[in-house]
Amino acid sequence: MEAQVKTSRLLFSGALALAAAAASLPALAADVNVRLMHVDQNPEIRTYYNDLAQRFESTHPGVKVEILYLENEAYKKKLTTLLQSPDRPNILYSWGGGVMREQIKAGVLEDITPAMNAGNWKDRFLPAGIQAYTVDNRIYGVPFQLSQVGFFYNKDLFAKAGVDAQGIKTWDDLLAAVRKFQAAGITPIIAGGGDKWPLHFYWSHLAIRIGGKPAFDAAVRGEGKGFADETFVRAGELFKQLVDLKPFQPGFLGATFPQSSGQFGDGKGAMVLMLNGMLGSMKANSADKVGIPDEKLGWFAFPTVAGGKGDPSDTLGGLNGWIVTKGSPKEAVEFLRFFSEAQNQRIAAEKGVYLPAIKGTSDAIKRPVLRLLAENVGNAKYHQVYYDQMLGASVGAVVNDVSADLAAGRIKPADAAAAVQQAWKQAN
Amino acid sequence: METGQLTARWARFRGPGTQWGARAAVALLFLPPALLLFTVFVALPMGEAAWYSLFNWNGYGTPTQFTGWRNFRLLFETPAFHTALKNNLLVIVVSLVVQLPLALAMALLLAGRLRGTTGFRLVFFLPYILAEIAAGLIWRFVYDGDYGFIAKIWQAFGAAPPFVLAEPDLAMAAILLVVVWKYFGFHMILYIAGLQQISPTLYEAARIDGAGSWQIFRRITLPLLGPTIRLSVFFAIIGSIQLFDIIMALTRGGPSDSTQTMVTFLYSYGVTRMQIGFGSAVGVVLFVICVVFAFGYKRFLMRDD
Repeated sequence: MEAQVKTSRLLFSGALALAAAAASLPALAADVNVRLMHVDQNPEIRTYYNDLAQRFESTHPGVKVEILYLENEAYKKKLTTLLQSPDRPNILYSWGGGVMREQIKAGVLEDITPAMNAGNWKDRFLPAGIQAYTVDNRIYGVPFQLSQVGFFYNKDLFAKAGVDAQGIKTWDDLLAAVRKFQAAGITPIIAGGGDKWPLHFYWSHLAIRIGGKPAFDAAVRGEGKGFADETFVRAGELFKQLVDLKPFQPGFLGATFPQSSGQFGDGKGAMVLMLNGMLGSMKANSADKVGIPDEKLGWFAFPTVAGGKGDPSDTLGGLNGWIVTKGSPKEAVEFLRFFSEAQNQRIAAEKGVYLPAIKGTSDAIKRPVLRLLAENVGNAKYHQVYYDQMLGASVGAVVNDVSADLAAGRIKPADAAAAVQQAWKQAN
Repeated sequence: METGQLTARWARFRGPGTQWGARAAVALLFLPPALLLFTVFVALPMGEAAWYSLFNWNGYGTPTQFTGWRNFRLLFETPAFHTALKNNLLVIVVSLVVQLPLALAMALLLAGRLRGTTGFRLVFFLPYILAEIAAGLIWRFVYDGDYGFIAKIWQAFGAAPPFVLAEPDLAMAAILLVVVWKYFGFHMILYIAGLQQISPTLYEAARIDGAGSWQIFRRITLPLLGPTIRLSVFFAIIGSIQLFDIIMALTRGGPSDSTQTMVTFLYSYGVTRMQIGFGSAVGVVLFVICVVFAFGYKRFLMRDD
């Protein structure tokens, strides 16, 4: 009996060893290595990526997908060098926009237009997504993650001050609401001004409301006074109207984005203009590590401007995607095709790790506030990618600088617009 | 094994009359690695930066758009660079006028062999050991107007706390305080080492001759500490010019560029904006300032040290 047990154990462990050897075989025999690099810190997203990679490997013998991670800021600084190294990953995280245009100009990216057209792959994506990765009618990236900028608000504080959030439709409504909060002794708006980019949402969203897509396109083409044109001066003037009311929390010019998300989560101010990534940041940085629970949290779109040419459905946000580096194996594109299948993206939507830029996924998003944002971008005729991404690293930095200076009252609206135009002219 | 021993052995091995050849052999053996490292990691990048500074270049491929002195002209036209130069100067002045006298005073107090001095020395030296980023983050918290140490003090008196790092006029002062706090311990240790080199018999003789403490300090301590002071001034100025990490952790040069120094300016206007040519121009200016200062100082003030 005992001997029998022993032999069966021996057999069993032998089988285990064999199985382990078999499992490691594909790795050893991998003919093709696909290396993907991303910047998502959230462990849930990493698990999700790794899971997709494993499933892809199981149906594609001989292919190994490696998921690499680099911290966001470090990644941005290293990217230029990385792209020109023989050791570059095949698939890279991208924000599109000006940085990508420079990469295309440098010839370090693969044109994936033929693959996108094959089997109508490109029809899977929201039109805004494909548009964000199209340069001169060629497609250079696979969009996958969207976000929208709008006002998140604290329902309790709104009730306390007697402000109806859904009644805030125009810029003047917003200014009136700010005054009401101040009368009630509540800080109206939280902003992470130390990071500057949270403030550029005001300037750029106002420009979108005032001039719409035509104004932005004209400025990019260099028509008229470009970014020094009336639309952008007016955006600064309207922003100044808000700034003059001193609506932000004390010390907002020194607060970072994570810090400000925590302040909002701690109820230190009634609203915050931010993308949906704020929710995760709020949870991590609030004193109680929860922040404002969903039932107490509201959202409203950026208000319209009287006489503005922009459509109220126009959205501002991000459209992040994957770019493929020059000389990558065709399996890299194959993996992205697999990655962007609606059924795979629905998993991300269900888990709430990000909002997919792929059609037929928004109904899988469980949190109502997030589902609303995904639908907004899906329905928008014009989705503007953040100015600081869209205009490239150097012009984007100037947009952020002047927005922070406007908020600090240290620059005139006309000078702010002129500074952006000068930077744009210098860079292009 | 020391080089001398090695050459001696080598000479014995080669027989008499080959002393020079032996030295050359040793040089051939030991020089190349150092020379190679220095060339690849110091000389070459410096030359490259000087070359890049003449181009408008975003870092892709090789620089092709030659712009001559344009980057330098732009640089000196940028108001933020003026602020950076002014701030660097301010840091130097504060280091020399506040930090070094403080360090010297502390050194005089703690150089003796009294009980407890070792403990105090350690306490004052600790900030220097701390990593710059860590120190910056700690002070960021101290200065925080919501939950920070300063906020608690103000709140205890029922006043609305200031947000020191968010005020363009206060932020630089706040940084200077951290700089003094962080580095005075290092200079203090230098001074203590210097003070311990001074023979006690000199003090004894002076006292017998009836010299007062001020006279002793003025006529004995200060002159004999001269070489150490000149060295510490050198370190303080070079360190001030290169100030970077603490500012990145505290304000990143903001608000509104009010706390930029040359190096943070290089980082935010060169590296972050992917303007490698422009950034290189800043680097070249920084390099020239450092070299002129270092050689000038060594040549004229540290000649006898």
